[in-house]
Amino acid sequence: MNYSGTILTRLGQYLILTALALLCVFPFWWTFVTAISTEGNIFAFPPTFWPQAPSLDNFIEVFSSIPMWQFYRNSLIITVSTVFWKLLICSLAAYPLARMKFTGSKLVFGVIIATMVLPSEVNFLTNFITLTKLGLVNTYTGVILPNVVNAVSILLLKQAFEEVPQDLIDAARVDGASEWIIFWKVLLPLITPWLATVGILSAVEAWNEYIWPSIVLSKPESFPLSAGVLYLRGTYGSSTRVVAAGTILTIVPVLIAFLFTQRFFMRGMDGAVK
Amino acid sequence: MAQVKLSNIVKHFDDGNAVIHGIDLEIGDGEFVVFVGPSGCGKSTLLRMIAGLESITSGELCIGAQRANDIAPAQRGLAMVFQSYALYPHMSVYENMAFSLKLAGMKASTIEAAVQQAAAVLQIGHLLKRKPKDLSGGQRQRVAIGRAIVRKPQVFLFDEPLSNLDAGLRVQMRLELSRLHQELGTTMIYVTHDQVEAMTLGQRIVVFNGGRIEQVGTPIELYDHPANLFVAGFLGAPKMNFLAAKVLAVDGGAAQLTLTDGSVVQVPVRADTIRPDTIRPGEPVTLGIRAEHIGIGSVDQYTVRATVSVVEFLGDSCIVYVRMEGMDELIAVKQPVGQGALKAGDRCTLHFKPEHCHLFAGNQSRV
Repeated sequence: MNYSGTILTRLGQYLILTALALLCVFPFWWTFVTAISTEGNIFAFPPTFWPQAPSLDNFIEVFSSIPMWQFYRNSLIITVSTVFWKLLICSLAAYPLARMKFTGSKLVFGVIIATMVLPSEVNFLTNFITLTKLGLVNTYTGVILPNVVNAVSILLLKQAFEEVPQDLIDAARVDGASEWIIFWKVLLPLITPWLATVGILSAVEAWNEYIWPSIVLSKPESFPLSAGVLYLRGTYGSSTRVVAAGTILTIVPVLIAFLFTQRFFMRGMDGAVK
Repeated sequence: MAQVKLSNIVKHFDDGNAVIHGIDLEIGDGEFVVFVGPSGCGKSTLLRMIAGLESITSGELCIGAQRANDIAPAQRGLAMVFQSYALYPHMSVYENMAFSLKLAGMKASTIEAAVQQAAAVLQIGHLLKRKPKDLSGGQRQRVAIGRAIVRKPQVFLFDEPLSNLDAGLRVQMRLELSRLHQELGTTMIYVTHDQVEAMTLGQRIVVFNGGRIEQVGTPIELYDHPANLFVAGFLGAPKMNFLAAKVLAVDGGAAQLTLTDGSVVQVPVRADTIRPDTIRPGEPVTLGIRAEHIGIGSVDQYTVRATVSVVEFLGDSCIVYVRMEGMDELIAVKQPVGQGALKAGDRCTLHFKPEHCHLFAGNQSRV
């Protein structure tokens, strides 16, 4: 009874997990089928979920229609810069919150956490006005600047710093390390898995960011991929298959990057700071 | 090398909780001093205060001729070995040992020579390229000591460095630390809760309890002449036997006591300690006798009667636990193996020489 009960429970669990996995993967698959097919009605009901007359024509058309390589370059600049500055600034903010005693530390942390309540769209207006006053509209700095500080990243890195044993910091102090050396040479290398986690999450977020770059940047040649790919629809009417191919081309770099870095991502989630 | 002087050192934590209550202590140049006491007695906190890792609420700390209260840890000329080893996991053994020297701005060739020399002393030359995770507990502890040695400090601080090692390795490392002290001749302050480590390593032992010093002295002084019940009970394995007694009479240099079974014993007392507030006829006192100072005889041989409860064989000796009439606690008696095969339930009598008895007054101080 126990054995068969276990089998049934396990079967039920796998069925639920499979259904959830299909639910997540299905939009990507449908987009892929749309992009790679050259025949059939994409609006047919019931829809066709297998490629018909598969070809790379739609992908080739994407490259010939819009400056994809330029968009890739722009996205790369924005993503790498955002990740670099976010890791630096958020870890610099998290370290004192985790490891230093100062008046008002709890208040500061509370205010940072409170910002999580607001959706990022709420900040668009004030951020845009600030950027205008700073003369940063239509620059990459303007796209990157509001995204380099984020409460979730500070929270994760604060947690990471708190997990480092106090003895290591004490040993470094006795060895003659300044606060900066302790931060830079002792603690940061120890929280690498957490930095990788925050870095991957930030990279995906920055790569997929669409609305904010569209607001800040006005010249199409400066657009990142997520915004630039929309020109496929604007210029060529309703070529849904080409748009789908463009979307796939936008997703692929993130997917590849995630596949190579997921090992660090998982370790970070395990809190492997030892 | 340097002497360390603590004058009326007090520590209050931020919540107002007082953990160190006015410590006065002088540690001589090149001396090996052990701080010992139960968990939470403040010994590690005091060590961290000497290291500069905890602030000093009041009092004065001098290292050498210099007042050190407000000097940064690295500028105090100290090196510290932690219980958890505290090796930087992302650095190799060499980098761990060289870290402090690099921060001090030393030349690469000087650092190399210092690390190689320390590694040779500790026999860890073959481990220099490894990461801490690839080392055993004993090797990690050696690296931690090596990291301290390379700095050529005036004072070594050890915070329970052997606690994480198994029993065999602990004995080996104890010997190595003694050897190291003989070789280097540097002042060493060693914190432990293990009285065996304290007795074997320390030239002087400082016994702590509740943030106060109970007694300071050489291991033999503390063992033979404990100042109070706490020290008497803390040092020695098995711990000293405490027998409840009542004073019958005090006459010159001796006190006559009656034990719980009604037997009468005579114990020498120091004339200078006989005061009405410490010992007088009718007052309850405690008689302390170490296990190795009690003899066991046949049923009618001596006056103190007891029954054997448990016998523990230790190889070269055995510990016989006996129960005396009127006492809840068992009395431990250390016997050579083969001296009368006793077993649980045997009736016997106990004897002890008056000069081996320690008498403690009602206020727990030694009389």
